[in-house]
Amino acid sequence: MPDALRQFADTYLMWQEGPMIWISDVLILLTSIGIVATLTYFKKWKWLWREWLTTVDHKKIGIMYLIAALLMMFRGGADGLLMRTQLAAPGMHFLDAEHYDQIFTTHGTIMILFMAMPFIFALFNIVVPLQIGARDVAFPYLNAISFWLFFFGALLLNISFVFGGSPDAGWTSYPPLSELGFDNGPGENFYLLALQISGIGSIATGINFLVTILRMRAPGMTLMKMPLFTWSVLSACIMIIFAFPALTVALALLMLDRIVGTHFFTILQGGNPMMFINLFWIWGHPEVYIVVVPAFGVFSEVVATFARKRIFGYTSMVAALLSISVISYFVWAHHFFTMGAGADVNTFFAVATMAVGIPTGVKVFNWLFTMYRGRIRMTLPMLWTIAFVPCFVIGGATGVMLAVAPADYQYHNSYFLIAHFHQVLIGGVVFGMLAGMYYWWPKMFGFKLDERLGRWAFWFFNIGFYVCFMPQYALGFMGMQRRMYTYPADMGWGTLNFVSTIGAYLMGIGFIFIVAQVLYSIKYGERDLTGDPWDGRTLEWSLPSPVPHYNFAVIPTVTSRDYWWTLKEEGRTDEIKPKPEDIQPIHMPKNSGRPFLMGVLFFVAGLGFVFNWHVLAVLGLLGVVVTMLRRSFEYDDEYYIQPEEIQHVESALGRL
Amino acid sequence: MAVVEKALRDAHGHLSGADPAKPLEYQDPNQSLRILGFWLFLATDMLLFGCLFATYLVLRTHTDGGPTAHELFDIPGFTAETFILLTSSFTGGLATLAMRNRNRKQVLAWLTVTILLGLAFVGLEAQEFYKDVLEGATMQRSAFLSAFFTLVGTHGSHVSLGIVWMFSILLQVAKRGLTQVTARKVFIVNLYWHFLDVVWVFIFTVVYLFGVVM
Amino acid sequence: MKRTQLRKPNRVLALAALTALLVSGCGPEYLVLHPVGPVGREELNLIVLSTVLILIVVIPVLALLVYIVWRYRDKPENDAPYTPQWSESKLLEAVWWGIPIVIVAILGFYTGKSTFKLVEPPPSDAKPLTIQVTSLDWKWLFQYPGQNVATVNYVEIPVGVPIQFELTADAPMNSFWVPQLGGQEYTMPGMAMRLWLEADQPGTYYGHGANFTGKGFAHMDFQVKAVSQQEFDQWVQQVKANSPALTLAGYQQLKQPSVVGTASYSSFPPGLFNDTVWANGGRYMPEMMDDMTGMQGHTADAGKSDQTSGMSSMPGMEMDGKQTADHSGH
Repeated sequence: MPDALRQFADTYLMWQEGPMIWISDVLILLTSIGIVATLTYFKKWKWLWREWLTTVDHKKIGIMYLIAALLMMFRGGADGLLMRTQLAAPGMHFLDAEHYDQIFTTHGTIMILFMAMPFIFALFNIVVPLQIGARDVAFPYLNAISFWLFFFGALLLNISFVFGGSPDAGWTSYPPLSELGFDNGPGENFYLLALQISGIGSIATGINFLVTILRMRAPGMTLMKMPLFTWSVLSACIMIIFAFPALTVALALLMLDRIVGTHFFTILQGGNPMMFINLFWIWGHPEVYIVVVPAFGVFSEVVATFARKRIFGYTSMVAALLSISVISYFVWAHHFFTMGAGADVNTFFAVATMAVGIPTGVKVFNWLFTMYRGRIRMTLPMLWTIAFVPCFVIGGATGVMLAVAPADYQYHNSYFLIAHFHQVLIGGVVFGMLAGMYYWWPKMFGFKLDERLGRWAFWFFNIGFYVCFMPQYALGFMGMQRRMYTYPADMGWGTLNFVSTIGAYLMGIGFIFIVAQVLYSIKYGERDLTGDPWDGRTLEWSLPSPVPHYNFAVIPTVTSRDYWWTLKEEGRTDEIKPKPEDIQPIHMPKNSGRPFLMGVLFFVAGLGFVFNWHVLAVLGLLGVVVTMLRRSFEYDDEYYIQPEEIQHVESALGRL
Repeated sequence: MAVVEKALRDAHGHLSGADPAKPLEYQDPNQSLRILGFWLFLATDMLLFGCLFATYLVLRTHTDGGPTAHELFDIPGFTAETFILLTSSFTGGLATLAMRNRNRKQVLAWLTVTILLGLAFVGLEAQEFYKDVLEGATMQRSAFLSAFFTLVGTHGSHVSLGIVWMFSILLQVAKRGLTQVTARKVFIVNLYWHFLDVVWVFIFTVVYLFGVVM
Repeated sequence: MKRTQLRKPNRVLALAALTALLVSGCGPEYLVLHPVGPVGREELNLIVLSTVLILIVVIPVLALLVYIVWRYRDKPENDAPYTPQWSESKLLEAVWWGIPIVIVAILGFYTGKSTFKLVEPPPSDAKPLTIQVTSLDWKWLFQYPGQNVATVNYVEIPVGVPIQFELTADAPMNSFWVPQLGGQEYTMPGMAMRLWLEADQPGTYYGHGANFTGKGFAHMDFQVKAVSQQEFDQWVQQVKANSPALTLAGYQQLKQPSVVGTASYSSFPPGLFNDTVWANGGRYMPEMMDDMTGMQGHTADAGKSDQTSGMSSMPGMEMDGKQTADHSGH
């Protein structure tokens, strides 16, 4: 028996790998026990199920995305710190090659797919229906499915760390390295299944929000009266819809190679690895715009609010967003200028890539001129927005340098590239999402996040960022390649690497301040009783904080851009408050446990495929089909909120 | 414009109001919302097939000394499959027409015919695959065969799921009659079915015809 | 001499000055900034040009940001103009749509020019030398078809001679990078990629794989030793006289995943490189066969047949101009 146990522990819990894994195993076990115990002690199981796990309310789903994104930022950040620790000095033995490979793979995968994606989805969910005057998204039930697919996809990837082994072929997972002969463990399967499951959810989110924005705007809100954040979501959704199917196919074919034994990307028997790389980047490049474009939307909202000025060049801003979403499809080959494309192809993709800089540059100038002749308030959202500008401008500029195909022969896969994409992804996406989080936090929870702790977080994170990544540009020029777990002392890379590691730790301290800030503010944060703590411009600020679950008691009729601002200017804010005679029954979707169940079933199927337990996989998939059929036969999925209840809620909020 | 604005106001989460001037499946704004969503889903599915076609075109000649398209494809077989699927698309269209005429019996009848034709198609395809496998042409044999089975098989599994789905909608129409909700369901399952028909036309041309000719 | 040939005489003077500044500002450990060959220098020129062009945008933006944030801060005593409704200006917008377009046009022009130029051999009177590079797990095999010698993890080249590296992988794809000679190119299974490099100063240069290939990847470094033609010829003779031959069995042994030191071989199995490319998928590029027939054994004139590589298409699609294989042996 101990032998069997030992074997199980070695195969699945990777017990033979030493103390780091043991500690992780034990910590995870203790955390799980702790969570279960807390929920039981406070009798919160029912609350958890009824209020969260079965919810179809876009605001709650948004909050769950946000929590998940912050947790994943912690996990991905911890991976990053482990890597930087290993690289702090030449010839370190903190991590060995295998662990380092796993950690950079999960770092990249988690940060892009399980941190950036849920973070933007959090804001999509929380903000879009409120900004356009809708009561929920077009398909609330599907929205819940999207979340649970994301959640269980993320769970699948994260358990690989202590159960079976992490993927280790890089977040790009290029075959043939990621094929069976070179990478036999279940880690790579975890990667494929986790991304596939959450990817299905992302496609559904793209469809959902595109329909929501196109069809559910309040009367009078024409497309050109829409807030720019909503425009950015529209642009991102178009990209999601067009890009994600390519990822689905790339992952599915690689999975077939690994599980069924086909030969799409193998070296022998006619496979063509290049095909994967094409498919991956046809998704992968639009993907980085998918995550950064909503950040642009956040900046547009924040700049206008805190400069107390109309956004400059609205039409240009919209045109820029849409041209970015179109051009993003014509740049993917810049990820492999050095893979033997002809000079003509390289030139085309080089120029197309530089061209993305044009609309992006226009946006930056428009933000600057929104602030010009405004009155700038240095609140937390505004601080992150202002910090974004230099960071993203320099990152974007080095992006243009990378686009110069022949020069890219020198930058490709070097630390220059690493510095560049961290600068645009952190400076763009992370700064943007944090700005958005600070900005809409009162709307979500009814209180502001503490300003003082927030400033500590801001300065640690920002200074840390430059200390961490500026040296990496130099390391690129010194010839240091990415994904090396160690490097020799005689190359002269040691000093800059050490500096970079210090910067990474400063960013880590910044993150701790954010956590402290959230915890502190739950208790002591400034409560928002007005619903409009920032003196905002768009519809969401006309509602109380937090927003009642039906959002708008009466749907407003919009007559201008920045409608709420117009009302305030003209002293007509009372017009938007509901009048008892206008309140009518509201048709709302019912909660359902099925999306959660569907996530579980996908998870089960995924686990089955990961370990080649085919019975489990088939059972999971059958379960999914049965759940879908059950849904198809469900007709009683909506209910009415009666006017009395609405009146009751609204008077309690002092709005009647 | 007034109509559009009314539809906007009536969309999901608001009070729903029927607009009898429109076809049955579009009358309820909540249902028309779903139809738009389904069109977007079809766009993603089309891109998915697009990627599979691209993969097939790249790997078409990568036979690794194994069976080639020319040796493998059986002209009467795929012609019959094509004929059956095209016919089923037509009968599916008749079901939609019957739905708009609010003729429940005809809807049920045409859906049944469509399902039966779908089953015949899947049966023939399964038989074709089985025969290929017996000849040693498995999807593990070469990149060409991997791509062939994956592309055609993905279409086949779409059709199979479509059959299950259409059957479930047939039951719902039988039980609940033609309401705005069931009408929308009849409409979108047929959209899906037509879409699969279009994909098959490409498979027929790009895979089978090119395969036997070139 | 080659240096002046490659450097366009009409290159803006300021650019050269900036290069000098950049280079002198950074020590010799900045390999990319201290190229020792025409290809690396061409690339450095583009790096400098693109840096200058982006600075034209970046510096004003940063200056504007600082100015605006300071000037329009929300303080009661601030008397700067405040125009909350002002949000349109055709002129201003034309300026910032226009300037980036001009910059992209300039940069795009030079990019295209260099891209086309670098697929050609560096102009030289010397006859080009072909070296076939195979990346393995986790080592580099160099074969000299003209000299019939082979090395592992180091490569000797004559100074002043354009070198045509033909690259493939018999393992997961890697990327062949010698920063001081010039940029990298991938080694891909089933494809024979081409990269022109040339050293114009003797010395030992650092080379490394740039694309992750697994556990031993960090140890995939190699040395490029640039020596005079005479020393190079001597070295070939020495290897021929003193080193063992690389046999097929030896190659299979070498292919096994491992990290090894350097080695030299007095000969290698004929057609090994092309056979490898063929077996790993090169045979599916029939369009290229006619061009490449007879390449084997004639690799010394590879420079001639390479001119075809200008026309090509996406990698991964069939008609890739750089993919090659030899089918004469099959």
